[in-house]
Amino acid sequence: MISERIANNKNSIEAENLSLWYGDFQALIDVSLKIPVGQITALIGPSGCGKTTLLRCFNRVNERYGNVTTTGEIKVLGKNIYDADVSLPELRKTVGMVFQRPNPLPISIYENILFGLRIHSPLRSLSRSDADAIVEEALRAVFLWDDLKDKLKARATSLQLEQQQKLCIARLLPLKPKIILMDEPCSALDAKGTLAVEELMSVLSGAYTFLIVTHNMAQARRVSDECIFMFLGELIEHRETQALFQTPENPKTADYVQMRYG
Amino acid sequence: MKILGKNRGTNVPLSETVIELFIRLCGISSILFVFGIFFFVFREGADFLFGGLDLGQFLTSPEWYPTSLGNKRYGTLALILGTFSVTALAMLLAVPFGLGAAIFVSEFCSPKLRETFKIIIELLAAIPSVVWGFIGLTLMNQLIIKLFNAPIGLTMLNGSIMLALMSVPIIVSIAEDALKAVPDSYREAAEALGATRWQLIYRVLLPAAKNGLLAAVLLGAARSIGETMAVLMATGHSVNIPEGPLSWIRTLTATIAAELGEVARGGEHYQVLFIIGILLFTITFAVNLIADLVIKGIRKA
Repeated sequence: MISERIANNKNSIEAENLSLWYGDFQALIDVSLKIPVGQITALIGPSGCGKTTLLRCFNRVNERYGNVTTTGEIKVLGKNIYDADVSLPELRKTVGMVFQRPNPLPISIYENILFGLRIHSPLRSLSRSDADAIVEEALRAVFLWDDLKDKLKARATSLQLEQQQKLCIARLLPLKPKIILMDEPCSALDAKGTLAVEELMSVLSGAYTFLIVTHNMAQARRVSDECIFMFLGELIEHRETQALFQTPENPKTADYVQMRYG
Repeated sequence: MKILGKNRGTNVPLSETVIELFIRLCGISSILFVFGIFFFVFREGADFLFGGLDLGQFLTSPEWYPTSLGNKRYGTLALILGTFSVTALAMLLAVPFGLGAAIFVSEFCSPKLRETFKIIIELLAAIPSVVWGFIGLTLMNQLIIKLFNAPIGLTMLNGSIMLALMSVPIIVSIAEDALKAVPDSYREAAEALGATRWQLIYRVLLPAAKNGLLAAVLLGAARSIGETMAVLMATGHSVNIPEGPLSWIRTLTATIAAELGEVARGGEHYQVLFIIGILLFTITFAVNLIADLVIKGIRKA
């Protein structure tokens, strides 16, 4: 299936010989991968293996910390994102991100949803009725509309964690991203919240390409179509999820997925 | 049966009790001092405040002739306006610079440069106000005469610039703390949504830090209202209803400082100066109260 995909050029992200250093420490070693359009790809591996670092390369949010050196090439939708003419705001509009801890902004639920749109469009270009419709659509997409429609003016930080995390997904949608990166999106949530977010991903996949970092192998198995195993900064194995878990090719992958270490 | 918690004192060593008492005293003393000062100032001025002073004239007349032989007049309107105008102009200068510097230090600086900046800003705060007054009297005086072709440079503008320079360090350090206290996750969230640095600052950081920023501005203003020496030296010290930045003015604080040493203890003039003290007290109290209420109001919203 992977070779067929390459033939059809149906990739959202293609990385070629990607290496990354934090100061002197090399966190990513020669990573090459291709992430399929419209599917959920999981990144798994033990702590410190570079999966979050890799994820944060794809919207260049890594560069928030100084002292980061990147070599190699990352193409998002066919365009090298390290080219000089790439605009970071545009890149981040296309590649949305959900963080480990829900991080809604300390403004109303309504304004959180519109935040992205407001910063990407000219001042006061959004009419009130359009804004209302966009907020409703985004909240409906993450199944929060019925719970929150009467308190859109409430501060987003006052919501329960599960609702906050869904809101963080919802606020990406008005920007019509192609790719959504998720960095352990459920680690702050309880079992019910985790299932709710997973369900949401399944519903939304197809329309969006998901790339999810997770520590939870059961979660990787449940939600992902393809799975990437990383170890000490290297990409060890990238296959369809069921195949990776049932018949891992690399002994390191086998050790990890059979929980001999982790 | 022994009730836990109530008989706590029985097994506690004496040293503990003494230390606790001492700490309690320290806490209470600050309240006592404030009331003590207020009481003293009030007592010195009370006789004349309730017997003889025309309060209407005191607050609304611009005529300040406390030493006139025939007709003593104690009107402080010019002084009140002097204090407010010099403070307002100082804030107009200090707030943009102070907040701008705070944003620069907290969001744009490299860590190394930030440390240097903070040390220099603290140095600026440590300059005694008489030194600022001296700079106003000499350097700024000449500068204003040259730049504005004014007959004399000891003006409201001069005093305001000195006050602005004195309150900027306060505004910068408190505002920078307020910005630093904004969780990094907010910055990350906004950047990951594609916000530029400027959008991040005015859409996320400034709203999130607004309580602290307001406190910074109000503390800067409080410093300006209470400042004495620099304004005494730099504003011309002439009783005048201010007409513009180049007017000579005199403030409430400078009047007390300049005249209290010259008056007969217990006399009318002496008492009026203390009443001005009460007035200053009331003004700062009102500013603090308003600040408190505004901040509480923001918290509720």
